[in-house]
Amino acid sequence: MQLVTPGIGLIFWMLVSFSLVMLILKAFAWTPIMKGIHQREETIEKALEAANEAKKEMLLLKAGNEQLLREAKDERDALMRDARKMKEAILEEARSKASEESARIVENARENIQFEKMAAINDLKNQIAAISMEIAEKLVGKELENIQQQHQLTEKLLKEVKIN
Amino acid sequence: MIRKLLYSVRLQLALFALFFAGVSYGNTITSDTVASPAAPAHEQTGKKPFDAGEMIIDHIVDAHEWHILTYNEFHLSIPLPVILIDKGKLVTFSSGNFHHGEKAYMGYRLSNEGETKGKIIKVLADGETPDATAKLPLDFSITKNVVSLFISLILLCVIFISIANRYKKNPDTAPKGLQSILEPLILFVRDDIAIPGLGKKNHARFMPFLLTAFFFIFFNNLLGLIPIFPGGANLTGNISITLVLAMFTFVITTFIGNKNYWIHIFNAPGVPWWLKFPIPLMPIVEFLGVITKPFVLMVRLFANMTAGHIILLGFMSLIFIFGKMNIFAGYGVSVFSIAFGVFMSLLELLVAFIQAYVFTLLSSIYFGMAMEEHHHTEEHPIEH
Repeated sequence: MQLVTPGIGLIFWMLVSFSLVMLILKAFAWTPIMKGIHQREETIEKALEAANEAKKEMLLLKAGNEQLLREAKDERDALMRDARKMKEAILEEARSKASEESARIVENARENIQFEKMAAINDLKNQIAAISMEIAEKLVGKELENIQQQHQLTEKLLKEVKIN
Repeated sequence: MIRKLLYSVRLQLALFALFFAGVSYGNTITSDTVASPAAPAHEQTGKKPFDAGEMIIDHIVDAHEWHILTYNEFHLSIPLPVILIDKGKLVTFSSGNFHHGEKAYMGYRLSNEGETKGKIIKVLADGETPDATAKLPLDFSITKNVVSLFISLILLCVIFISIANRYKKNPDTAPKGLQSILEPLILFVRDDIAIPGLGKKNHARFMPFLLTAFFFIFFNNLLGLIPIFPGGANLTGNISITLVLAMFTFVITTFIGNKNYWIHIFNAPGVPWWLKFPIPLMPIVEFLGVITKPFVLMVRLFANMTAGHIILLGFMSLIFIFGKMNIFAGYGVSVFSIAFGVFMSLLELLVAFIQAYVFTLLSSIYFGMAMEEHHHTEEHPIEH
């Protein structure tokens, strides 16, 4: 009977001390503990979210970098291509210019030669004329003794004349 | 975990070794007393044959002194203060004055038999015979269970305030030491007891009660399993304690009950009117439900813990019963008794947790039911 009969004393002490301890623990233990746990859970959640975000950003950044790299490569290739083209163009131009120049030089030279030749021929002509005049003078001066002699003289004079 | 188990097994074995000592010792007492029938009056306790039922009941009920051991005629026990309110007067003295229930003091003595056994009763002027006509004084004594209650509550305060300080000082760090043992339990109470019963929105309000109740029951269940001094009181197996705990649940449920809860009790929707009107059958049934819920909480915890202690003590009694017939039978039986005792103690460790869990879970479910916003009957009237 004693086993199942509640005792007033124990009920009283239990009621008082349990309520008191519940209030004490509520103020000094449960509230800070639950707050602490909640705060930590939130921190962890946020940290995980931030990590995920960072991962995503990293991926984006990586993709961006790759894009940038690809663009840079393309640009470089384009530049190289342009440079090559330009080089070729310059070379081509230089070549054509050079050939033009040489052609012009050759032409000039040819013209010069022609000119010199003409000058020489003119000179020759003049000299021939002068010589012819001399000969003619000499011939005229000697008063031609005989035809044979004349011929011989002409012949001799002509032999003297050397066409340079 | 394994180390912990090993430790408890070792502890159990050490205790059973003590019991062994008791067996052989008990035998010498009987032979001594038999040999000298002209023993003085105070040896009468030694002469008394071993009564398993009485021993078991003495171990699981409350007492006015904390008995630790008896060696020969020497009783080692801690006397506790007696506080009585008798006819509006406050009477206080040490329970040591009762000399383990053998003597009367200031007109009071411990009753040895009958309905009042173990209680403080008044005696007549001769200082011996119980005063049958006098009313029992109101007993507010600091009994063994009250001391045990204080010890466990101080333990709760010290442990949880110290770990709360760690939460305050190092908010975002991983739990350490005691905190790492208790945090899973706190999270268990929150995530598997409070939130399923009360929902995420409401649970925070009830956490202080649920956590205090859970750890109070759990700690005291475990302390009850330790047979020596700071433990050993069968606190959660005491009906007064479970009564107060269940009363807390009942009072909280009653106070937070919303309109739906009371409508459901006094005018349950979806029930034919003739079950309510001339004879309010359903309201009576529902109202009984309100009472039986905390009553069952009270009895479940009390009965589970007490039963565990009784079984364990029963196994131990077997040693003494057989030892009285034949000392070798006693030793022989002790092997099985210890084996079963170890098994029961391990089982009790499990029960200690399960009972704390069940009590708090049911409390949280009752709170949740009292605060439920809408009724299933309104949504699915066909079901009822």
